[in-house]
Amino acid sequence: MTPDATGVDAVIDAVTAVFLVLGALMSLTATIGLLRFPDLMSRMHAATKPQVLGLFLLLAGIGLQMRQWWVWPVLAVAWIFQLLTVPVSAHMVGRAGYRTKHLHPELLSVDELEAVVRRAASEQEEQTEAGAPKDR
Amino acid sequence: MKDIVLIATAVILTLAAAGAIVRIAVGPSLLDRVLASDVLLGIVGAALAIDMAVNRHLNNLVLLVALTLIGFIGSVTVARFVSDRRGQANDS
Repeated sequence: MTPDATGVDAVIDAVTAVFLVLGALMSLTATIGLLRFPDLMSRMHAATKPQVLGLFLLLAGIGLQMRQWWVWPVLAVAWIFQLLTVPVSAHMVGRAGYRTKHLHPELLSVDELEAVVRRAASEQEEQTEAGAPKDR
Repeated sequence: MKDIVLIATAVILTLAAAGAIVRIAVGPSLLDRVLASDVLLGIVGAALAIDMAVNRHLNNLVLLVALTLIGFIGSVTVARFVSDRRGQANDS
């Protein structure tokens, strides 16, 4: 940031400052959700979403401060990478959490996975009763 | 302006990191701790990005991408190998 900025510099610095503070607040939001929500699924909801948006704001702040065009594609790659990896890891954690029963079923409004899991379990039971080897 | 932004973001990120560490300590389950350490890693990345924006350099950008990758591999690995060792369900 330029000290004693005037004109366009001052505007860009002010926008950057707002972006940086908002981006940091997104991390704080994720933590508050992590502390206050009752079970793993709702904590995951709070933990995975705001930080991606917060990182977008911070990267936009970097782009505004650097003021060179070639920086933006690099920052976009960094953000898209985050955008691709966070849902996959959240999916894996959520799946493991469901299988190991880290959830309060009474808090769910829809449970679409339950029927699938039950069907898979009954199919496996039939296979073992018929004497077929379990393939895993 | 620079000092105000730095102090404000430092206070916010310190509070956020403290909350994430509390969740890591309290648990109660392994997956909660994995989730909280992922959030803590995101906070470290946010601090790196703020340093880059305020001081106008791009030295940490590769580190930021590497942190994302490490957090991804870590949580996917733990989620893959987690198992239920508690006696009864639903007391998380």
